[in-house]
Amino acid sequence: MTCLPTHTDKKLGLVIDLDTCVGCQACVTACKEWNTGGHMAPLTDIDPYGGDVDGVWFNRVHSYEHTTEAGGRTVNFPRSCLHCETPACVTVCPTGASYKRASDGIVLIDESKCIGCKLCSWACPYGAREFDTDVGVMKKCTLCVDRIYNDNLAEEDRVPACVAACPTSARHFGDLGDPASAVSQLVASRGGVDLMPEMGYKPTNKYLPPRAHTERAASVAAPRLEAVKAEGGFLGWVDRMLSN
Amino acid sequence: MNHGAPRGANSAPSQRPLADTRAPDEGDGVDTSPDVSDSIAKTTCYMCACRCGIDVHIKDGKIRYINGNKDHPVNRGVICGKGSSGIMQHYSPARLKKPLLRSGPRGSGEFREIEWEEAFSIATERLSNIRRTDPKKLAFFTGRDQSQSLTGWWASQFGTPNFAAHGGFCSVNMAAGGLYTIGGSFWEFGEPDWDNTKYFMLFGVAEDHDSNPIKIGLGKLKARGAKVVSINPCRTGYNAIADDWIGIRPGTDGLFVFALIHELLKAGRVDLDYLLRYTNAHVLVVQEPGAADEGLFLRDSENNPVAWDRVAKACINAADPDAKPALTGSYTVAGRRCVPVFQLIADRYMGESYAPDAVAAQCGIPADTIRRIAAELAHVAFEQTIELPVAWTDCAGRRHETIKGRPVSMHAMRGISAHSNGFHSCRAIHLLQVLLGTIDVPGGFRFKPPYPRSAPPGPKPCGKSVKPMTPLDGVPLGFVCGPDDLLVDEAGTPLRIDKAYSWDAPLAAHGLMHTVIRNAWAGDPYPIDTLMMYMSNMAWNSSMNTVETIAMLTDHDEAGNYKIPFIIYSDAYYSETVPFADLVLPDTTYLERHDCISLLDRPISHADGPGDAIRHPVVEPDRDVRPFQSVLIELGARLGLPCFVNDDGSAKYSDYADYIVNHERTPGIGPLAGWRGKDGTSVGKGEVNPDQLQRYIDNGGFWHQDFAADQRYYKMANRSYLDLAEQLGFIPKAEPIVFQLYSEPMQRFRLAARGHGRVQPPEAERGRIETYMDPLPFWFTPFEEAAVDLEKYPLHALTQRPMHMYHSWGSQNAWLRQITSQNRLFVHNKTAAILGLVDDDWVWIESINGRVKGQIKLVDGVNPDTVWTWNAIGKRRGSWGLKDDAAESNRGFLLNHIIGDQTSVDANGKRYSNSDPVTGQAAWFDLRVRIVKCAAEEAGFTEPQFERFSQPPNVAPSPDIVRYGAEFRVNREAVE
Repeated sequence: MTCLPTHTDKKLGLVIDLDTCVGCQACVTACKEWNTGGHMAPLTDIDPYGGDVDGVWFNRVHSYEHTTEAGGRTVNFPRSCLHCETPACVTVCPTGASYKRASDGIVLIDESKCIGCKLCSWACPYGAREFDTDVGVMKKCTLCVDRIYNDNLAEEDRVPACVAACPTSARHFGDLGDPASAVSQLVASRGGVDLMPEMGYKPTNKYLPPRAHTERAASVAAPRLEAVKAEGGFLGWVDRMLSN
Repeated sequence: MNHGAPRGANSAPSQRPLADTRAPDEGDGVDTSPDVSDSIAKTTCYMCACRCGIDVHIKDGKIRYINGNKDHPVNRGVICGKGSSGIMQHYSPARLKKPLLRSGPRGSGEFREIEWEEAFSIATERLSNIRRTDPKKLAFFTGRDQSQSLTGWWASQFGTPNFAAHGGFCSVNMAAGGLYTIGGSFWEFGEPDWDNTKYFMLFGVAEDHDSNPIKIGLGKLKARGAKVVSINPCRTGYNAIADDWIGIRPGTDGLFVFALIHELLKAGRVDLDYLLRYTNAHVLVVQEPGAADEGLFLRDSENNPVAWDRVAKACINAADPDAKPALTGSYTVAGRRCVPVFQLIADRYMGESYAPDAVAAQCGIPADTIRRIAAELAHVAFEQTIELPVAWTDCAGRRHETIKGRPVSMHAMRGISAHSNGFHSCRAIHLLQVLLGTIDVPGGFRFKPPYPRSAPPGPKPCGKSVKPMTPLDGVPLGFVCGPDDLLVDEAGTPLRIDKAYSWDAPLAAHGLMHTVIRNAWAGDPYPIDTLMMYMSNMAWNSSMNTVETIAMLTDHDEAGNYKIPFIIYSDAYYSETVPFADLVLPDTTYLERHDCISLLDRPISHADGPGDAIRHPVVEPDRDVRPFQSVLIELGARLGLPCFVNDDGSAKYSDYADYIVNHERTPGIGPLAGWRGKDGTSVGKGEVNPDQLQRYIDNGGFWHQDFAADQRYYKMANRSYLDLAEQLGFIPKAEPIVFQLYSEPMQRFRLAARGHGRVQPPEAERGRIETYMDPLPFWFTPFEEAAVDLEKYPLHALTQRPMHMYHSWGSQNAWLRQITSQNRLFVHNKTAAILGLVDDDWVWIESINGRVKGQIKLVDGVNPDTVWTWNAIGKRRGSWGLKDDAAESNRGFLLNHIIGDQTSVDANGKRYSNSDPVTGQAAWFDLRVRIVKCAAEEAGFTEPQFERFSQPPNVAPSPDIVRYGAEFRVNREAVE
């Protein structure tokens, strides 16, 4: 019901390295902190000190276990809006509140048009939308649209809050529509993937898969240790080494 | 510091701003350039102990945003989940508002507000009386504070030996294990060479200690493709991204490390040259059973340890750089049989009891895996060596054209330290590092200044003589070198209330805060009058055996008086400990006060150079609270403590800021090392600079200086570094630091146990001292495991700290508690299947100490013999500003309830503190449990439950909704 741009000049998005994410929640709270005073302020917290606490978050990290034939692993999985190329959350919106920017591809919500019908959150298969019950509108990741172009921030700080915060350097930002960009090259070199590509929404954000138990894993080709065999065993070896 | 090049940890090309950051002409009316802040204050975080630099953005008088300081050497611009939630901590509804005096029974939470003047009068009168009569009746113990240099000195001026911070129940095993072995340790004392290491082993790190630096480092290793091996029963956090996760059985790390050492020795894969140059491997040890110096070093007439010269066939000063010392064999010198330390090492660790096949089952690690890791260590250390093209000169005057390194590094923390065998396990890890030649070399583990220091460093603990109105002759905490240094009386009775530096815990370098409440309650070794504590939740998650601890805090004698007569407590928040105080001194938040992160205390240096930092008030308190350090300084002045008053009796320091600038511990050395001297041009040593704090503020809240390239490695024997270290006051004399693989101080205790020397243990203690004061590290079964029926208690139980929480602080934080408000007990799927448990079951977790109820979560990523939970999520109702229905007090649980604070009764009828027998480190992780599904009617809520605390006076109920940030938007849009 809301139209998508036929083309976007850029495809701005995030690249998230699941091989490096330790699940520390730094991106989660940095996002909360920036955005609760930012473009969609506030990110309301209901019953913040009670038993039914429920707040608005644009970014959440889930940890789960994954067992393969090669071995099990624990995966920390940050989840936020993927700024899809053909997002159902936009096309389903009855009012034009949910829209995709033609300039940079960021998916945003115009709160003044949002009627709180929640169709977009039903349409999004990634669970990336957050309804603020206090004000009755849908909210979501803005890719820090109020940081990345912000003249009031030092130029070096014009990156999404989650990217700036990440202590393990697991988060990257850039134009995924430009194959020459650093993020596109990172995705290519690490075999980055789309989440649920079969849904057909063409997510812009990419995930770099864990490397343990794969051919990409760091490894040491060490020969087996052999006991010192010659005369006197190890202690003889020590003496020989010292007299050399 | 900004040279135009990208700054900070996240400055890869894929993390930078767009090439053109001008906003596109989208026409959607989005304000892409809102005003962010009216001012930015750069200070130091205190959301955990990591001490990162932060930029606090202030807008409309409130905190708009906190981000990492890109120039700061600790965090280089990144910030963790806690740091970004500082806003919610600062505005926490649990903040105390005014001094409180208890008005109801202790533990009820019934208080009346008083003025600061009354609070000072009460404290001064009480403490003054103690000081006039028997100063040791004040026990002053601080928690996770970062001002121990001040608090310890204050205690010393007061004249009480009964001072320590929280290290005894935190990680003293790591500090002591390292400082007695290599003159440094992990975390604040050293770090892996993240930029050069190729193989990194991480032992038992529960996601902090150190927080952001480890994360930044792991990011670097991952970017470079270096191999990460984690040894941890739990596969969460850092362990989740390891290339190799070794799910070891708790308490067996030492055994695993010895098996690695066994393999390396057998294969001749040790760095003999390194051992000869930097360790005591070649020093001769007297082997004469029964002699008073059996097991001590053979020394020459000038008291230098000697070695056997293979060429000269004679003894020679072990420090002689021209010696050709033997590492093996047995020698007779002046009729006395001696062997080099290395021979003893080979004899012990090449024994079959430490072979991979012998330890595999105990460790829960296949022998082939142990052999593989040993082979990988050897391969990287000896076949993938690196050389930095930097010339340097060692302290023997030998010039080296390059700096050579073996790129294997290690880090270890709580998982090693929190066992009764932790001291020896920590020494085992250092022994492994040293045998591989990887300490302070490129790619290895690097010291952070002011370390390394001699192993152990000085000074010795003070407190042998306690007199009214008299300061101690030094500081209470230090390092003992033998029985003569112990703080015990003629009968062997401890002189300190926590029994530190007694036969119970001879090397108790950080004291034993976890024993204070029991000992004070029992009057063992003597009763005290006042217990003064700061910032440690001893009535809840910082104590073992919480239920009984609470009972001791509230217990009365026959006359109806509290057995612990008076408790003064300072905290910023309404924690579970506040209600047990008689007098509460409300502290500020970290954004409202001065602090110094001092080289005299727990430093934040980088391996490339020293650093320190400050906090300064970036917002004014809106409550009648004062920073504890300033309160302590005023209390010191009111008591007339010598160094806190001028000759005319007036206060020497107006507050903590004044002290930070003007205090000199020794001439020229004060709390801060940067910008000393009248004009601010001196570093390390120098006159007081009245403008010093402003210089720190101007520099972003910290001082850091890089060493020259030739001073950055081999610091234990680097001429240029050691000279500089002496000049900066880090070490008393520019002499090499010799790694003590064999610890002579330990052997001196053994000799005392065998009947030698002036100070000997009481008869009943001799066996324990003989066993555990072994001069070479060894492995023993953790005490609880050795004592309990393992069929009855088949599982290990551990806690880990969530990365987004710091101890109990996180639950008052509206954001952080949304991430974790109920802790589950994590149980391996296979273990659960055997026990007939399914996901989400409620179970009783039972130990010999009691039982607690919680809900399980089944996982695969845990050692099957181990269950674990998140630390300090469970809360007591009425605390931390939480509502009565909060998950923390209804479904979350505290494992501490079932961790005993004492060992089982031994053959002599004695119960020791549940601690390492060498250092007194609390053995939290020795816990053994069984889990039993609870009855249907018992499911859904935790037990034990405690009476709800009353709320402090005039504290508004916590809000039902938080719309933080809404007003920034309203103000913004009003301007537009």
